[in-house]
This record gives sequence, C-alpha cells and structure tokens, in this order.
Amino acid sequence: MTTINRRALLGTAAAATTLPISALRAQQAQTLRLGVLTDMSGPYRDPTGPGSAICTQQAVMEFAQRLGVQAEVIQADHQNRPDVGANIARQWYDQGVDVVVDVPTSSVALAISQIAREKNKLFLNSGAASSDLTGPACSPNTVHWTYDTYMLAKGTGDALARAGGDTWFFITADYAFGHALQRDTTTFVERAGGRVLGAARYPFPATTDFSSYMVQAQASRAKVLALANAGTDTANCIKQAREFGLTRNMQIAGLLMSFMEVHSLGLETAQGLLLTESFYWDSNDRTRAFSQRVQPRMPNRAMPAQVQAGCYGATVHYLKAAAAMGAAAAKADARAVVERMKAMPTDDDAFGEGRVRPDGRKIHPTMLYRVKQPRESRGTWDYYNLVATNPAEEAFRPMAEGNCPLVRG
Amino acid sequence: MDDFFGIPAPLLFGQLLLGLINGAFYALLSLGLAVIFGMLNVINFTHGAQFMLGAFVAWLLLNFLGLGYWWALLLAPLIVGAFGVVLEKTMIARLYKLDHLYGLLLTFGVGLIIEGLVRNEFGSSGLPYRIPPELSGAWDLGFMFMPVYRGWVVLVALVACIATWLVIEKTKIGSYLRAATENPALVQAFGVNVPRMMTLTYGAGVALAAFAGVLAAPIYSVNPQMGSNLIIIVFAVVVIGGMGSILGSVITGFGLGIVEGLTKVFYPEASATVIFVVMAIVLLTRPAGLFGRA
Amino acid sequence: MAAPGGFEGTDFRQERPVFMGFTSTQLIAFGVMCAVLLIAPFFLYPVFLMKVLCFALFACAFNLLIGYVGLLSFGHAAYFGMGGYLAGHAAKVWGLTPELSILIGGAVGAVLGLVIGWIAIRRQGIYFAMITLAFAQMVYFFCVQAPFTGGEDGIQSIPRGNLFGVIPLGSDMSMYWVTAVIFLLGFLFIHRAIHSPFGMVLKSVRENEPRATSLGYRTDDYKLVAFVLSAALAGVAGGLKSIVFGIATLTDVFWTMSGEVVLMSLVGGLGTIFGPVVGAAVIITMQNYLAEFGAWVTVIQGAIFVLCVLAFRRGIVGEIGNWLRVRL
Repeated sequence: MTTINRRALLGTAAAATTLPISALRAQQAQTLRLGVLTDMSGPYRDPTGPGSAICTQQAVMEFAQRLGVQAEVIQADHQNRPDVGANIARQWYDQGVDVVVDVPTSSVALAISQIAREKNKLFLNSGAASSDLTGPACSPNTVHWTYDTYMLAKGTGDALARAGGDTWFFITADYAFGHALQRDTTTFVERAGGRVLGAARYPFPATTDFSSYMVQAQASRAKVLALANAGTDTANCIKQAREFGLTRNMQIAGLLMSFMEVHSLGLETAQGLLLTESFYWDSNDRTRAFSQRVQPRMPNRAMPAQVQAGCYGATVHYLKAAAAMGAAAAKADARAVVERMKAMPTDDDAFGEGRVRPDGRKIHPTMLYRVKQPRESRGTWDYYNLVATNPAEEAFRPMAEGNCPLVRG
Repeated sequence: MDDFFGIPAPLLFGQLLLGLINGAFYALLSLGLAVIFGMLNVINFTHGAQFMLGAFVAWLLLNFLGLGYWWALLLAPLIVGAFGVVLEKTMIARLYKLDHLYGLLLTFGVGLIIEGLVRNEFGSSGLPYRIPPELSGAWDLGFMFMPVYRGWVVLVALVACIATWLVIEKTKIGSYLRAATENPALVQAFGVNVPRMMTLTYGAGVALAAFAGVLAAPIYSVNPQMGSNLIIIVFAVVVIGGMGSILGSVITGFGLGIVEGLTKVFYPEASATVIFVVMAIVLLTRPAGLFGRA
Repeated sequence: MAAPGGFEGTDFRQERPVFMGFTSTQLIAFGVMCAVLLIAPFFLYPVFLMKVLCFALFACAFNLLIGYVGLLSFGHAAYFGMGGYLAGHAAKVWGLTPELSILIGGAVGAVLGLVIGWIAIRRQGIYFAMITLAFAQMVYFFCVQAPFTGGEDGIQSIPRGNLFGVIPLGSDMSMYWVTAVIFLLGFLFIHRAIHSPFGMVLKSVRENEPRATSLGYRTDDYKLVAFVLSAALAGVAGGLKSIVFGIATLTDVFWTMSGEVVLMSLVGGLGTIFGPVVGAAVIITMQNYLAEFGAWVTVIQGAIFVLCVLAFRRGIVGEIGNWLRVRL
C-alpha cells in the first residue's frame, strides 16, 4: 500500500513536469518525508496501526498540494518493542525521513523522542499516552497531540467523582503505566471529595481471568469500578464485570479505552461505560466530514479512532508550518519547525481550533462519553452519548505542574 | 472465626470457587496436551493457537452461518480437530523418529503462523461473543455472585475430563492406545493401524483445545493472542502433573486453579508466578511430575 | 533418537585441525567472516550490523548448549535480558565504562545461569526445556516488578560512554569496531571451549550420557559449566546490545526472545560453529526489511520454523557443510 502511494506521489511529481532531471532531483530533495511508526501486529493495531498510516496520508493528500509542498508517507511496525522502534526510527532519520508519526506504546515513544532530539528531527506523537513526554522527558523536537494519562485520568476521574461517584475500586495492571493511571485518577477523585476503597493489582501481561478481582471489587461496595489498564485486558475486564453482575450497582470507567474497544466488545456488553476521548467522529459537522472522507480507505471501513484522527491533525499542522517556512528550511531544522508549530494556532477538521503549548502539548477540548444502549444506537458506528466537555485549557495538565525543563526557564 | 489471616471467610470461599473454575480451563487444555504427548511424544506448542481457533470458529459460525453457541460447541471442535488431523498427516508424522525437540519447534512455528494469519484477518482488539441466553444470569450465593455460565463451564469440563479418562482407561480403543504408547511396533504387529491411531489421537487432543476455546469465547475476549497468554501456564500444569498422565493433568489443573485463586487473595501480584514456583519445586522433588512415571 | 545438532548419516572427510582447532575449511570460513566484518560497515548501515552481531553472539552462546551438549534451553532470554538490564544500569546509574558494564552483564548471566542451571541440568530433554522456561518466566516477572528496570519503559538513554574511560563511542563507527571485537572474542572463546578436552566430554554427553558417566566423568559438572558459560555469554550479548542501542527493555527477557534465539540457531544450523552467526544475520535482516508488512513477520517466522524442521534440519550452514562433506 505504502509503496504504491509513494510511487504514485513520485509518479505525479515526475509526470506533471518536464523539468530537467537536476531540477527534479532538487525537488525530490525537498520532499517532506513522514514515517508512520505504529503497531501493525500487536494489541494496539486496531485503534492505531494501518488506520494511523491512512489518516496521515489523508492529511498529505488534502494539504500538500494546496500548500505547495511535496510530501510522502512510509510506514513500519514497531511490534511494541522499544528496541525495534528505536532502531527503525534511527535508520529512518539517518536516511532522510523528517518526521516520525504516531508511535503508540509509551516506552517506544520515549525512546524515539530522545532520538529525534539527538538528530534534530521531528516526532509527532499521537498514540502514546505517557504524560512524561511533555513533562520531565519533554523535548523541543516533540509534539504530543491526542491525549495523555493526565488528561484521561482527569476527564473520567474528576467528572465522575463530581457526579456522585464518590467511592472507587481500581483494577490495575501491575506495571508503570497502570500505576500512573491509578495514581493520577486517585488524585482527582480525592480532590473532588471521593475516596478510593481498594485496588487489585494483577500481573501484566499473563492475566486473562479477572473474576477474582471482580468479586473483590464487589465486596468493596464501591460505586465506581475503574480499569487502569488497556487493550484486551480492558475488554476482558468489562466482559467479566458484566458477567458477575457488577454493572447493576457499579459504574464502570475504562480509563484508557477507545472507540475500537467498544466496537469489538459490542454495545450489548459495553453499554453504560464511561470513557474520555478527544475525538469522536460524530461530534460535529467537521468531524463527520473528515470521517466520511477517510472512512472508505480505512481497514474494514471503520470510522477513525482518536489516535488515528490525531495523526491526521498533527500532520496537517506540520505541513502548514513546513509550508510557511519553505520545505528546505523545514527539512534542515526540525526544532525551528516545532517553534513555528507552537507559534501558529492549529485548525483542522478532526480537532477544530487549538494550539500547541511551549512544552509540546497540543491542547483541545476533551469529551466524557457514555456508551449507548443497543436500542439507542442508529448504526454500526453510533456508540456514544456526550456526558460532559472539558475545555481545552482545563483538560490537560497545567504547564507549571509538568516539570518540563523547556518551560521552567 | 469468620476471618482467615484477615480475609473474610465468604470472600475466601468465593475465591476458592473461582479458582476451581479457572482450574477447569487448565484441566481441559492440559488434558489435550497430555493425550497428545502420551501417545505421540510431541509437545504441542500449537495448542494455544488451536484453543484460539476454537473461539474464532465459534464466532465465524455465528456470524456467517447463523449457528449459535450450542452448534459451535459441537462443530468447532470437529472443524479444528480436522485441521489437526491434516497437520498431523502432513507435518508432525514426519518427525516421530527424531528427537522430541523437533516436534516442539515445528508446532511452535505452526502456532506463530496461525496467530499471525488470524491477526491479519481479524485485527487484534477482539470480537464480541455473547453468553447464550439459556446460561446467562447469575446465582446469588450470599457471599458472592456466581454466574450461571461459570458453573456450566466447570460441569462441562468435568464431564469432558471424565469421558476422556474413561475412553482411555476402560475401552478397547483406549487399551490399544495405551499399548501403542508402550510399544508401537508390537501393537502394529497385532494388526492395529498405529499411524492412523496417532493421527486420530492428535485430532482428538486438538478438538479438546478447540472445545475449551468455544467455552472460553463468551467470557474472555476473543482475540488472536488469547491462546498464547494461557498456554505457558498450561504447559506448567502438564509438567507438574507428569507429562502424558491424563489423571495427573486433570487433578493438577483443578488444583493449580485453586492455588492460583488463593494467591490472588493474599498476594495478587504473584498469581502468575506461583505456578512456576510450584513447578520448580515439583520437578526438583519428583522429576517425572506428580503423577508421571519416570 | 537423534539429538539436535547430531550429524547422523553424514560422512565427513577426516580433517585435522590446522590452527587453533580450526580445520582448513573452517579457517577459510573464519577468514571470510572476518573480511565481511571489516568491509560491511562501509556498505551497510552500521547500527543494523551491530544488532546482527549482538544477536549472533547470543545465538552462539545458545548453540553452545544445544549444539554441543544437546540441551534445549527455552529460557535463554532471562540471561540475555538480565545482562542487558544490569549493564544498562551500571552504565547509566553507576556511571561505569562500557567494557565494565558489559562484563557486569556477563557476570549477571553467569550467576543466574549457575542458579538455574544447577537445578535444570538434573533433568533432560523436554523437562529441561520446560524448567528453563519456568525460571525464565520468573525472571520476567521479577523484571516487571523491580523498580530499577523501569517496567515497560525499560532503562532508556543508556550512555555509550568512553571505552576504558578514554575512547568515546558516540559515533556509530567506533561503536561498531568495539562490537565486532567483542563478538569475535566471544566467538573464538566458544570455539576454543568446544575444541578443548572439556568440549570433547560435552560432546560425549550429547551422544551418550550414560557412557560418559561410566567412563568416570561427572557429567553433571560438565553440563553445569557449559550452562554457566552459555548464560554468561548471553549476558555479555545482552549487555552489549543495551550499550549499543542505549536501551534495555522487557522484550529482551520475554519468552518470545527465547524462541527467537532458537529460531536463529535452527535456521543457521544447530551444532555448527558458523550457523548461529548466519542464522542471526538472516533473521535480523528479515525483521528489518519486513517491518513494513506488520503481522506478516510473525507468519513468515513461523513458516521458516516449519520449513527448517521439516526440510532443512541441518540449517543453512549445516546443509552447506553436508553438501561439501566438511564440518563448518
């Protein structure tokens, strides 16, 4: 798929012109190269993966010509392994790729952020959730687009605790990501006057049966069951929570859940769940228009999920900044491109208007959704009812709390 | 009186019960492995993938042919078992004369292929599969909610284990099987078609894995990696029980389920490791496993 | 039953070692390998080559056990990964020089190998494979839990530092030469061990253990020493890898890594000296160039496993050797 696109792009470049070869070379040397590095084979394939590559290409198709720049998109699979990801990114950067896009899995993203900084290239992160990327590990070469753990914890924890969910029980994947999610959410719950009654940490990965934790959660008599995990673990938890009747008297909140997991669970099982997202295809006219443009090319004709839309939004903004500077200048100095991206307001169909903060954090409003009941749904992708919206300036961690060396002065 | 080491007694009973349910899956899966190893001397590393295939076939039957859970329980093992027969005929049968390790490596490779193909076709986040309406709902046992379906799983697993044990220990086919394990040449000389018996044994072992897969589909997420997450633990179960011992794998399966359930109460972080600790201890003291013959 | 790595049915020319235990053919092959090591970085991406070399050393270490003692360890990721973690920790937190960090990695592998090996060598065949797997799983869960490993983020931005505190390794080329030298030392060490009287006893254990015992050898001691050597070298390879890439992560301790090293050795040829090197090169190249195809990598790896077991049990180097009637 990629190769075809690359060739098609090069092909149009070649066919559209009768320029002498040297000029063509010069033009090719000014082609912006974006590499989508994502999970093509692992647990995050569906909410990121090929869809992320397609959304990035969509941005290039819609904007490159309009802005008068040339861009091409390649892709690779990092297998969720930091060493594999770092290796590919290093090779890409050394061989003329200007931007690495997406990169779900925080461990891989952290590694790539460092490489981008070392080589003065650009990293547009959409898929990784660690808020460290704009905190202690922030970098003048990284823009963090879609979400982060802080925003997810706040979006769900704060709203739910305020709405009367004042006692909580956590089921937490026993590794750094799970701990961070539980810790951050606990902060918001307690700030809003709630209490955490207990938590069960289960071995990660290697756990498929959560029934034991479900019974513990039930025995705690908490009002909210929070799932501090991701991917298929979350799906398994939700299935088994329903099986053990937890949904009757507890509110379940998936702290990192997306549209695709709801899709794979089916509404029958997922109904009533609360979750936070920064993009939903059916939010407004612009998101609907974007989603319908890209849907025909998506795997299984799925609607784009938030990380995939994030790849689109980030790429659009990058192309605008690069076009404003001129492709040659943009290729030469990624730090300057990021500066430009921070200076320009963002505006794209997926996320509307927003901005990139000096610490690299892109901010936009976030939405708390409740999953619809099957009878409410009007079609395959109609899954959410909006519960609350968090304005952009409040949804993300204030810069002062992030400990990002770039903004401490 | 109501407390055991600070854990309320009802909660503890609940956990024991849940341990037993998980044990049912371990028992069913390790049973298939034990049958295959006992007869073919092959460590079937594809077992996890075949378990996963069982669940996917159930999903396919539902979504393309409209055949529900009950049909799947019957058809999925047959379909996946037939695939096992083909696998044995075309590949595994070539390795009997070689070291066991080649069988392990071959089946490991086949497992990778199946998992990769399924992931390419169906993605990785899983597919929905509902609990059949007849078995949905839950009993309120006072100290915990007991889903009807979980009770069903234990019941069916027990029946399947006992049936397998009866077939092997009490029937004529079973006696041929046991004899062929001891001395294939001699049994062949008596006019029993040993290669065919081996093929069918492998098919049956694989069918058991697929059967477990269908049982698991409504409660675990149906996704390509569902088998590989479980399979390492099941291997440990088989090794602890004694490779090839039917009774050993069944008892160990249920027993370890309970041990794991208790660990989840007292020290949940270690619940995945405890089985390997048990395995190391058992292998040190009883090299052939709890029920195996050295 | 033919143990893996055995060359049943191959009629080798009788060859005398001519230099350091190498036969003349092996010497030629060794020369070719050294030449490739010298020339390759000028044509190929050095980071990629370093990856190949790290895994080649790892596979050679693994091959020492399966190829020459006939023991299939399904838990070698434990030594590789722990070596990587400790070397990374030493370089980053303790600020040690790279060569010391790598040595610490090797030491960790050795200690771990001593403990696990002491228990595992009492069992044979499948039980041995399973018990090594079980211990590797325990090591894995330890790594998930222990704070110093950084959980799923791993230990990141490990500095390459200065060799002996003097020579900076920041550039890929200088790091490459160091990697190549460490690989060659490891390779020659294994070669030397195999061709020593100690190695001869190991091979006799592989062929017929009761017989070796009856000849008065304490075979368990020999097996344990081989196990520790193999684990130590795996630790060195892991340590080298984390210094080269500046990162040590959970993937290196996960059981799939144990599977990968089996695959490399199998593809190259179990029980051949050069097999693991070729196997590592083939598998790493494949992973590198197929990364674009996502899940197909798993499928292709599986298919190679199947193909090797069914048709090319001797592996690439083993088949060539068999064809030329020489040991490689």
